[in-house]
Parts: sequence; C-alpha cells; structure tokens
Amino acid sequence: MKELVVNKIREGTVIDHINAGKALLVLKILGIDVGTELTVSMAMNVPSSKMGKKDILKVEGMYISEEELSKIALISPNATINLIKDYEIERKFKVKPPEVVDDVLKCPNPMCVSNVEREPVRPRFYVKIEENEVSARCHYCGGKIKDLANHII
Amino acid sequence: MRHLISINDLDKEDIIYILKKAEEFEDVARGERNFKILEGKILGNLFFEPSTRTRMSFEVAMKRLGGEVLNMTAQEASSIAKGETLADTVRVVSGYCDAIVIRHPLEGAARFAAENSSVPIINAGDGAGQHPTQTLLDLYTIKKECGKLDGITVALVGDLRYSRTIHSLIKALALFETKIYLVSPDALALPEEMLEEIGGDVSRARLSEIIEEVDVLYVTRIQKERFPDEEEYKKVAGSYRITLETIKNAKDSMIIMHPLPRVDEVDPAVDKTKHAKYFQQAFYGVPVRMAILSEVML
Ligand SMILES: Nc1ncnc2c1ncn2[C@@H]1O[C@H](COP(=O)(O)OP(=O)(O)OP(=O)(O)O)[C@@H](O)[C@H]1O
Ligand SMILES: [Mg+2]
Ligand SMILES: [Zn+2]
Repeated sequence: MKELVVNKIREGTVIDHINAGKALLVLKILGIDVGTELTVSMAMNVPSSKMGKKDILKVEGMYISEEELSKIALISPNATINLIKDYEIERKFKVKPPEVVDDVLKCPNPMCVSNVEREPVRPRFYVKIEENEVSARCHYCGGKIKDLANHII
Repeated sequence: MRHLISINDLDKEDIIYILKKAEEFEDVARGERNFKILEGKILGNLFFEPSTRTRMSFEVAMKRLGGEVLNMTAQEASSIAKGETLADTVRVVSGYCDAIVIRHPLEGAARFAAENSSVPIINAGDGAGQHPTQTLLDLYTIKKECGKLDGITVALVGDLRYSRTIHSLIKALALFETKIYLVSPDALALPEEMLEEIGGDVSRARLSEIIEEVDVLYVTRIQKERFPDEEEYKKVAGSYRITLETIKNAKDSMIIMHPLPRVDEVDPAVDKTKHAKYFQQAFYGVPVRMAILSEVML
C-alpha cells in the first residue's frame, strides 16, 4: 500500500506516527477546531509497520511551536514531525517528551495544592516513559497519571 | 537550606544518619541531660489542622534543646487564613522564626510552603499525603526495639488503603531488607499502584497464619467513615482487633506498634504485655524530632 493517504501539501507540517486514535487530541493541542481556515487532513487508524496502527495529520501552511511539540510528545511519544517545503520534506525529527512540564498538565487530585486557584502555584509534572507509555507524577501531591491526554490544560 | 517534606526525598543513608543522631538525643529527650544547642532559635508551629501529639512533641523537642516555639493553632489559622494565601502566610511567618513545622489539609502544601519560605520547612502532615517525621519515628522504634531494620518481618494491619502512615512506612521499609505482610480487609487493601512501585518481599496474608513469624505488628485504625453501614464496619473492625488471643503464638520479642490515637483496634489488655510498644513509640517521636530540628536549624 502506498503511504500517501491524502494529497500532497506544498508548505506545512506532517505529523506522522501519532498513537492510534490521538489525532483529534493533537488537533486540539494545535488549537485547530471547526472554525479553522487551514487546510487540514487527517488519517486515523491506518496500518503501520512500526506501530500496528497510527494516526497522521497534515496541516497546510502551519508550523508548530515548541510548546505544542512538547504537548504532542506527551500523548504520542513516537510522533515524527515532517516540515514540508515545496512538496518536499525539508526537515524530519522525532518529538521528545520533556522531563518536566510546567503549566501543561492539571492534577486530577482535588485535594492537591496545585489546584487552589488563589495560590501562586504552577502545576508541575515529572514525565516518565516506559515502553511506549508516558506517565507523569505531580510535583506537589506525588499523584501519578497515565491518561495524560485527559489532563492537558 | 534543608527542608523535610517527604520520606521519598531521603535515601537509606539519610535515614540511617537521622536515626543515629536521634539516639544521641534520647537522654536529652528524657530530661536527663542538659543540651541547649538550639538556644536563641525559634520554631514556628503552623497548624492548619488540629493535632495534639505531633505539635506537642515538636514543642517538647525544641524546648528541651533550649529553643522557643511560636504556635499557630487551627482556630488562629482559620482567621489568619481568611483572605490570605498559604504562600503569604508562609512568607510572613518565615520572617519570624528559624524553621517552620507545618500541617495542612491539602496534599503538597508543605512542598509549596517550602517554595515560599526563607527558612527550612518540616512537613507534619499534608492531608492524605506525607508525614515524614512519623515514618522516621516508626523506623527508630523498630531499630531500637528490634535492634535492627534489615532482616525483620513486619505485618501491617488495618486500613492499608487510606492510611498515609502506612504508605510512607512501607516505602521506607522497602529500602531495608524487610519482609512485609499486608493484613487488611479487601476493601482496605494497599492500592495496587503502590504495590507495583515498592516491589520487594511484600505479600498479603492472614494474621493467624503468620503471627509466629512476625517481629513487628504495626496496627492502624479502621475508620467508620470507610464503610457504608455501621454493621459492616463493626464486623470488619472486630475481626482486625488485636487481643491477647490474636497474639498468643507470637514470638517473645514481637513488638506491637500503633501511630495513636487508638480507639479499640488494640485491646487495652495487651498494654500490659511486653509486646506493647506504642507508648514508647510516641516518646521516640521526641528524640527523632530533636535530630530533625537540629539538622535543619544548625
Ligand atoms: N508533500 C507532502 N505532502 C503531504 N504529506 C507528505 C508530503 N511529503 C511527505 N509526506 C508524508 O510525510 C510522511 C513521511 O514521509 P517519508 O517519505 O519520510 O516516509 P517514511 O520514509 O515512511 O518516513 P518515516 O521513517 O518517518 O516513517 C509520510 O506520511 C508521507 O506521506
Ligand atoms: Mg513511514
Ligand atoms: Zn497533585
């Protein structure tokens, strides 16, 4: 089967090897919603030799910020970013989950001091990767989260 | 500057160091030796939740070492805290003293306090989170009464699911070569996640099957609030109660510990046996806290 699921883009970003089912969340991280003017194509649950199944996102005319990259890495540690220029891949790199994230994840523990709005506190998490699973531990209460996708601020 | 926030911040060597230091303070804690090394120092007790034992034992530890104590009780805390953030309270109080002992209902409050304090912070309980000085005094009690920490067998009895005392202790015990038995009703079993995390020689058991093997029987309270109805609570709590009968096959040297206060999980008839060490354990809180106070303030 040919890799190219959708049309080629001229300028923009291809996010490949997204964990199957997580493409919608990546869109959310990128701030792309129904109101977007960008040309976006998405493929979900396509067969992948490396991952079994994967999602792919292609966004025309958009490049991704550092912050967005680190968030994407949290939910898809194997994602590859392909920057496209003139229909060709100009640069390709893998995302890398940061070891510490501030203001990215919200602690699900209602009794955690990081959830007190009046306090000058920034939620901080320590990220750990085991096999393909990413987990994070709250700096304050020590609570561990595995379903990071549900806690991204 | 050194804070004491979580037992997880300490490694085995740190723990051994503190326990050794505590031993040097025992006679001072008993009032048998004058040793005013904290003269001129002031400790701020910042209690946002009621506590008698922990607060008093810090106060005693400080005073026996010649220092002074500022107390802020839970009632005062609630009026001070009206409109004031924890961060601001800590910023202000850290200007009044040389170290702060804090108890607060929110998890992570002590770590957050440390980030806003100009003096060392000692965590005396942050909600369901950490209470490291309790863990250190528990370890100290075991070391003193059993003579060692490596090579002992400990049975943890009661509420293993919600008890922060147990959660901290079990992690610390896992740093030593200990064998751990978990004795609890299913509904109050140790969380699976913790079990994975600690590894080591840990298994669930019935007390009657292992009592002969045990060096330390650590009992915690089973709280009524954890059960849907009174009947169920009584049934369960009753079957985890320690009586002369439950310990009749225990080793002579077996010790019983309890973080106190006890309600009726240990039959008062047990108090008179040589196994009962819970009051001794409460006393050991003083030399251990002396060791911690002198460590952070000097
Ligand atoms: N101009 C383009 N427009 C849209 N998608 C493109 C364009 N060029 C490449 N792609 C897509 O980018 C991804 C990476 O392309 P590449 O040719 O590097 O594949 P690959 O060799 O399988 O790479 P990898 O090792 O990262 O899987 C593929 O999903 C491909 O379909
Ligand atoms: Mg490929
Ligand atoms: Zn938290």
